[in-house]
Parts: sequence; structure tokens; C-alpha cells
Amino acid sequence: MTAEPTSPLAGWTDRLAALAPALIVAERPYRSQLTVRVSDPDAVAAMGSALGVAFPPVPCTFSAGSGPFGDVEVLWLGPDEFLVVAPPGLQTEIEEVLRGALGSHRGSVVDTSAQRTTVVLEGPHVRDVLAHGCSVDLHPSSAPTGTCVQTLLARTGIVLQVTGADTFTVLVRSSFAEYLAAWLSDACVEYGVAS
Amino acid sequence: MQLIPCPWCGPREEAEFHYGGQAHVAYPEDPSALTDEEWAQYVFFRENPSGPFAERWSHSAGCRRWFNAVRDTRTHDLLAVYRAGEPMPEVTS
Repeated sequence: MTAEPTSPLAGWTDRLAALAPALIVAERPYRSQLTVRVSDPDAVAAMGSALGVAFPPVPCTFSAGSGPFGDVEVLWLGPDEFLVVAPPGLQTEIEEVLRGALGSHRGSVVDTSAQRTTVVLEGPHVRDVLAHGCSVDLHPSSAPTGTCVQTLLARTGIVLQVTGADTFTVLVRSSFAEYLAAWLSDACVEYGVAS
Repeated sequence: MQLIPCPWCGPREEAEFHYGGQAHVAYPEDPSALTDEEWAQYVFFRENPSGPFAERWSHSAGCRRWFNAVRDTRTHDLLAVYRAGEPMPEVTS
């Protein structure tokens, strides 16, 4: 018998829900995440077709699509580094498939699912709240939908995805998640949330 | 807050970066043949110009890549950034 897992923000569900409507915050825990290091263009293409989602060719973007593993996102983290994000519980299968696609090319596929948890932020004030602790220009003209940056939010390293007009996805290290939740609660106070 | 233009990620605040000292300090081709004085020169001695200076920087909170930048040590202006392995561009300060 396996114990039920506890997500990093399990204790914050109610407090984060109380930030609505200024900010709608929801954790999406346990997603499968794999860090892929690969630079060979053939291997990148093979991995993309194995997932059904082409790897993002442009820095600071992500690609999304559906394939044999359901809805999958591939995030650009560096010139030869990507993060594959898929629904929970698929990390072992995806790791095998990606290793097969890598073949004899130089690179690595590592399961990092436990490293980060996912927080989805939406609402009319989402850019204002993020601007309290993030120096990246998030105006739609410079950060359109599809943007994916690694940066600091309130001194915490995050991966920030722009997934819609007023929708952002934040991947934060599990041990920093509660700090970030507390910071978000505080940053929302001036937008009509009871402190 | 100063913005540093990462050659991969674009302008980011300087808190995301780490400094790596003088750029283009080549590792000795035959380290065992160096005298103690030559080794000390390689390990410890660096230029200290008043003006443009080629330096290594790491975008440690972003793409985590090392790159080179030419910075004017008098004004702290970044005159050019270029990826690791690329030659130092001509700069006018």
C-alpha cells in the first residue's frame, strides 16, 4: 500500500482560493516533468514527433499540443535544455520514449517531476500582482501568449509561462512554493483581498 | 536596477546574473611546463583597465548560460554582449 502523496501547496488551497476575484490561483500538483538536454537537431525532431509536440525553436517560448501522452507542453529553458510537462503519472513512460528518441545522440533525459509544482494564475490583476516581484516586462506586446521565461519572482526562481490573455502558469520549486503562496497573498491585499 | 542583455533571454535585471571575472583567459596549453611565477600569473593576475573590459557573466537565474560582455568600468555601461565562443566585437566607448 502506498501512502497518498501530499502536494506542496495542499495546506494553502483555501487561502489561495480566498484571493479571488482579484487573483484566481490554483495549484496543479504532481505533473510529470522531465528535463531534457539535447542539441542535435535530428534528436530534437525525433523527440518532438515521439511526443506529438514539436520542441520550441525560439528561445523563451514554449510549445503545446496533444499526443500519445495527452496534453504535453515543451518549455525552452536554455539553448540545449527543455522541460517536458505532461499529465501526472506518465514520467516513466515518457522518459523511456524520449531516451529511445535520443538514441546515440549526446544528451540526457531526467525525471524532475518532484522538483517543481505548478501554480496557475488568472484574473484582471495578474500582471499587476506579478509586477510586484518580477522585473520581466509582461505587457502583451513584449510577452505574448506562448512566452516562457525563467526569472525571479520575489527573489524565488520560477519558470513563468504566458498561457493566455490574462493567464499565467508559474512553476516553482516545491520547497519555495509555500513562501511564494504567502507572498502572493500579501501582494493581492491592495486589490481588494482581506489580509 | 540595471538591465543586462542576456544573448539568449534579452534584457533582465542584474540580480539574475553572476559575475565571472575577465574573459578570454586561456588555460595554459601545457600546465606542467609553467613555472610557479607563470602559474601565478595565470591564476591570480587580471587586467584592471579604466574603460572597456571583456568579462564573463552567467545568467544564473535564467537560462544558466555563460556569456561574455564588454563593460566600461568607468560608467558601468554594457557596450556589447556576445555568446561564449564568439570573438570579442569591436566596441566604441
